[in-house]
Amino acid sequence: MKIAALLAENARKKVHTEKSSRMTRKARYLSLAYLSPSLIGVLTFFVVPFMVVVYYALVNNPVQAEFVGLSNFISVWNNRAFQRAAENSLLFSAIAVPLAVVLSLLLAVVMESKIPFKSRFRTFFLSPIMVPIASVVLIWQVLFHFNGIVNEWMRMIGAGKIDWLKSEYALIPVVLLFLWKNLGYNMILFMAALSSVPGDLIEVAALEGATKWQIFYKIKLRYLSSTILFVAIMSLISSFKVFREVYLLAGDYPYDSLYMLQHYMNNTFNSLDYQKLSAAAIIMSLVIIVLFFVMYKAEDIYGKDVEG
Amino acid sequence: MTKRKKRIIGNIEIGIGTLICAFFAVLFLAPIILTITNSFMSAQEISANYGTVFATTQTGGRVFISKTVTLKFIPDMVSFTQYINVLLKSPEYLLKFWNSVIYVVPIVVFQLFVAALASYGFARYEGRVRSIIFFFYVILMLMPYQVTLVPNFLVSNWLHLTGTRWAIWLPGIFSPFAVYLLTKFIRKIPYSVIEAAQIDGASEWQIFSRVCMPLCKGGIFSIAILIFIDYWNMVEQPLILLADDELHPLSVFLSRINAGEISLAFAVAVIYMVPPLLMFLYGEDYLVEGITYQGGIKG
Repeated sequence: MKIAALLAENARKKVHTEKSSRMTRKARYLSLAYLSPSLIGVLTFFVVPFMVVVYYALVNNPVQAEFVGLSNFISVWNNRAFQRAAENSLLFSAIAVPLAVVLSLLLAVVMESKIPFKSRFRTFFLSPIMVPIASVVLIWQVLFHFNGIVNEWMRMIGAGKIDWLKSEYALIPVVLLFLWKNLGYNMILFMAALSSVPGDLIEVAALEGATKWQIFYKIKLRYLSSTILFVAIMSLISSFKVFREVYLLAGDYPYDSLYMLQHYMNNTFNSLDYQKLSAAAIIMSLVIIVLFFVMYKAEDIYGKDVEG
Repeated sequence: MTKRKKRIIGNIEIGIGTLICAFFAVLFLAPIILTITNSFMSAQEISANYGTVFATTQTGGRVFISKTVTLKFIPDMVSFTQYINVLLKSPEYLLKFWNSVIYVVPIVVFQLFVAALASYGFARYEGRVRSIIFFFYVILMLMPYQVTLVPNFLVSNWLHLTGTRWAIWLPGIFSPFAVYLLTKFIRKIPYSVIEAAQIDGASEWQIFSRVCMPLCKGGIFSIAILIFIDYWNMVEQPLILLADDELHPLSVFLSRINAGEISLAFAVAVIYMVPPLLMFLYGEDYLVEGITYQGGIKG
């Protein structure tokens, strides 16, 4: 359910409960008790220390604690390693996210048609979600090593060998691993959205002689628009987490083109440079917050557009 | 267009669709199946097949060397030696496997417990303050480890938890993911059900434990599966929070497998994917439901 709709519905419920019952106030406090374990935990482990992170980012060092404004941010921003990590991460996202959206939409559309063995296929497409990356990394190494299978195939078709994991091409195996892991997840989201397209609308369109392509383009895609954006942003966010795959494939010190933001963070952790660490964390959290608000706004707009 | 023509076109479409699905199914399954079949090869066969690959790696010398690489789906001779070696002769893998279990099980159980209470608090009475808090939970949930590990690391240091299992457990237990998803499930319960319970004189706790939770059983299963895979797969947290390799889960350890033990690696990899795959076989529909519920702002 969309968040805006949720809020509206809850506003209605609220009015309802306040009118109908005099125990509201008591229950309100009681429900706060239900929230408290989680709230205490989240405050202790995330919110309060994050405030300290903000503080660290604004002072020159924790001991002297002299306010230095944005200079920590500027020095992280101008740091060559941070720039390289950010470029790599963005390049990865720019390649992986569109593929993750388009391919999973293709799968969802195909899965919606009348093909046989549908539930088998669904199981197959979902299984990578459950398989730990660490388990399949071995196969990826066998495939993409300099003396690996893919290069063997390349040799057969007469192309030159490429050192997949240690060259500018290193993003390709990682993109493939990312897609392998994430397509099923996106496909499920698209399938759920496709099944919510009103059937009578499609029937009417078909009766009036619309081709399948027209139905897809003019009706389904319109209903899917908010899901497409949602899937795109979720894929973007999970593409920020691709360090896991890279680390398992290439270790702590991967080839330059695989040096991701988390590598930068790990190195900064090792040198215990709290100022840089905090500033970098804040820069990244701002990116996420912006993405969140884009999603939030878009759900408002698209939601109204489609649901009327 | 005649009916016959239409039917032919329809059949062609189904044919193409099936081909696309089959193609992707092969791509998706091949790595899993290869890992499994390779785990039944003897050490000699592994080195004969992949010698050149693992002879040179980033982690230093690996022993076996062979000139050619061959990708084999079916072992020449099915052998259980790798499994026997893992299970009987190399206890460190089992210890790391146990580490993974020790991390994941409490996190799944207690994250769900904390989340059950909290999501009831969120879903039952909504006020402005609560909406704002929920909003923060969603944003927090979306943050990648690059961000959340910094505050986690600070708290662990203050509380002297760094290097102990608590450094992994506590942030995991209070992670807002389950709260977010379970709130969505509880909100799907028709209000009339709760009202009926109220009229029958049920207390707040009874509504929570006897009405809401039983109705969300499916949701709780779904979330349990999602939390499980997330933490079964964990890599980032132990690297930062646990200096001692002894405490590392198998996910991290597997990537640093020792020189000369590469033939064991496939067997370990298979053992590692058995628990989540079993969960998948029994809970595929729950998994799908859990993912579907993340539609709309997962965030």
